[in-house]
Amino acid sequence: MNNGDSKAHKVERRTIDVVHQGLAKRYRAERRFRLYGLSAIIIGLLCLAILFISIVGNGYKAFQQTYVELEVFFDPAFLDQENLSTADYGGLVKSTLQTMFPEVKGRSDKRELYKLISPGAAFQLRAMVLKDPDIIGKSISLWVPADDDVDMLLKGHFKTDVGESSGRLTDKQLAWIEQLQEQGRIKKKFNKVFFTAGDSREPELAGIWGAAVGSFYTLLVTLLLSFPIGVAAAIYLEEFAQKNRWTDLIEVNINNLAAVPSIVFGLLGLAVFLNFFGFPRSAPLVGGLVLTLMTLPTIIIASRAALQSVPPSIREGALGVGASKMQMVAHHVLPLALPGMLTGTIIGMARALGETAPLLMIGMVAFIVDIPRGITDPATVLPVQIYLWADSPERAFVEKTSAAIMILLAFLLLMNGAAIILRKKFEKRW
Amino acid sequence: MVRKTVLVVAALFVLVASTGVVNAQSARDYISIVGSSTVYPFATVVAEQFGKTTRYKTPKIESTGSGGGFKLFCAGVGVEHPDITNASRRIKQSEFETCQKNGVTEIVEVKIGYDGIVLANSKKAKPIKITRKDIFLALAKNVPDPKGGERVVPNPYRTWKDVNASLPDVKIEVLGPPPTSGTRDAFVELVMEEAAKSYPWIKAMDKKAFQAVAHTIREDGAYIEAGENDNLIVQKLEANPKAFGIFGFSFLDQNGDKIQGSFVDGVQPTFEAIASGEYPVSRPLFFYVKKVHIGVIPGMEGYLNEFTSEKTWGPDGYLADKGLIPMPDAERMKYRADVNKLRVLTALK
Repeated sequence: MNNGDSKAHKVERRTIDVVHQGLAKRYRAERRFRLYGLSAIIIGLLCLAILFISIVGNGYKAFQQTYVELEVFFDPAFLDQENLSTADYGGLVKSTLQTMFPEVKGRSDKRELYKLISPGAAFQLRAMVLKDPDIIGKSISLWVPADDDVDMLLKGHFKTDVGESSGRLTDKQLAWIEQLQEQGRIKKKFNKVFFTAGDSREPELAGIWGAAVGSFYTLLVTLLLSFPIGVAAAIYLEEFAQKNRWTDLIEVNINNLAAVPSIVFGLLGLAVFLNFFGFPRSAPLVGGLVLTLMTLPTIIIASRAALQSVPPSIREGALGVGASKMQMVAHHVLPLALPGMLTGTIIGMARALGETAPLLMIGMVAFIVDIPRGITDPATVLPVQIYLWADSPERAFVEKTSAAIMILLAFLLLMNGAAIILRKKFEKRW
Repeated sequence: MVRKTVLVVAALFVLVASTGVVNAQSARDYISIVGSSTVYPFATVVAEQFGKTTRYKTPKIESTGSGGGFKLFCAGVGVEHPDITNASRRIKQSEFETCQKNGVTEIVEVKIGYDGIVLANSKKAKPIKITRKDIFLALAKNVPDPKGGERVVPNPYRTWKDVNASLPDVKIEVLGPPPTSGTRDAFVELVMEEAAKSYPWIKAMDKKAFQAVAHTIREDGAYIEAGENDNLIVQKLEANPKAFGIFGFSFLDQNGDKIQGSFVDGVQPTFEAIASGEYPVSRPLFFYVKKVHIGVIPGMEGYLNEFTSEKTWGPDGYLADKGLIPMPDAERMKYRADVNKLRVLTALK
């Protein structure tokens, strides 16, 4: 500052002046820096918003389904009392349509008329008759699902101005639909089928319940295996194992495994569980085992971090009043570390729920209609169902895909929310 | 306490696992089907129909691709191996031999119909009339020298007009399947190879050199591998009217209000044109059955019967509604008879 009389004019420049001079620049730099951070967050949120808007915009209509009201006369001529389960229910639907549209003549016209109603109508009638054979001979008015093309038309997904040859519906069919609308015999209702049925190649009959149950069994196996194994491994490594080269090596390997691409675990599962042990293909059991391998490193790492955050004084206190090492762990350290372990486990489970790549190798990417009833039945999982629907040619599967994504996101939110609540409720800070 | 829990869980796991193994080895009460993703949309409809109208369980169908399907199918006989494999091409000699070697000696071959491969663009643009030779010149990596002479040069064409003056002055941009896809194999065989053969001097090349010319698709951005998802291609075509896409006919059939098929060699890809064989780019679809599994796995006969009945694969059947091109009457009768007699495939002609 005051470095000599020869530079007397500079003596007047005090530190504070230098600071003031640069202050505006520093403030600007800080504002810019904050702006960078803010814009990063805004861009992220914007992308998320676009994703959500497009998924919800595409998918919200899938929760409604078009139904047509039919006046069905359960004609004894179609329903042979001996063989009710194999009777011609399709024919029954067709004859019902004919009585509703008596003016329709000619083979190809009739075929077009029948196409307005989903093949599911026949299954619905079959179920009704099998449940209560007394309705044979009676006339009942009931709502049956419309074909997916009709559904798409009423939801406004079809361009109707492109001419007869290219649209999915002919002019005649459009006229019939209008006629039904005037009679109030066609309307959109809540799509219960979507939440209760398994997969189907008819979009109006396809549901996610089968995939949801498959996901449940798969995650059940994963949870039952990965949580105890992961926690036990973490406790041993953290509390009992000596620090030496071997434990270092194991630690490095666990950290490495956490970053291995999931498809590799699928290949391992194919080689070990299917080819060597001979477990059934496409079963939640094998899916769960593979996902266990995948989530174990995550759970071990999270559990070890939770154990490390328990202060040494707790351990010393327990040992000091004469607890054995095992009592110290089981009675004092583990209960305190458990919330952190659970959080890690739930996050690992959430990742496992969204996984498809390893399941590809073990045959869980498959068309499965029947709802799985155990861990060895063939099954598929939610993200695989999304993938399969996204690949289907029928237009109506586009909205089904988005709706299934919404369901999957809801489950993920639920699981991550549970993790946060657990942490907030039980976490202790020292 | 912790140790006890671990022990209990381990014991449970062993128990569950062993029941699983027992289950897997003793019986399987559903049909297991693997194979082509092109046949998948048709086979699944039949499987669902079969499952809902009979007392049997719905067959399980995995979409593994034709090659992957044969690999699993030919691995051996027994409940842990699939019963049926779908294929968008005929079984290869090498695959047939693998099957024989692994004890899968009795295979029944069933042709189910045809599938057209289309070159399509958005309805917002005009449809184009193109020849297979034009497509080859637009998409091959190396093409015959446009200046003349019997040699190939790296593809110099940038726009469709460069290829053929009658085509629009639009940059070549084609979205198509990756090399792992059966659709790509069929496209290469039916379009690229055929067009390459129309040059006598390319046809006269030895097999390796011929394949290098006819099978290699350009990699400079004009051909975009769009993954196996054909719906994605349809969406991209709608967004970009200048682009073209290559995919199976069923996707054109379902999206007729958004996209249109190009005329290939003067014929538009319609249901009738493919069925009559007029449209040049179509291929047969098959499935293969392990004969020894019939009678062991419940429902096999029923599934075969469902698939080969007129209400399924006939011209008015429900597979035609899904975009499968039915075989001519005589051919359907022949394959139906083959299935009834369970005629075994002895050798590839």
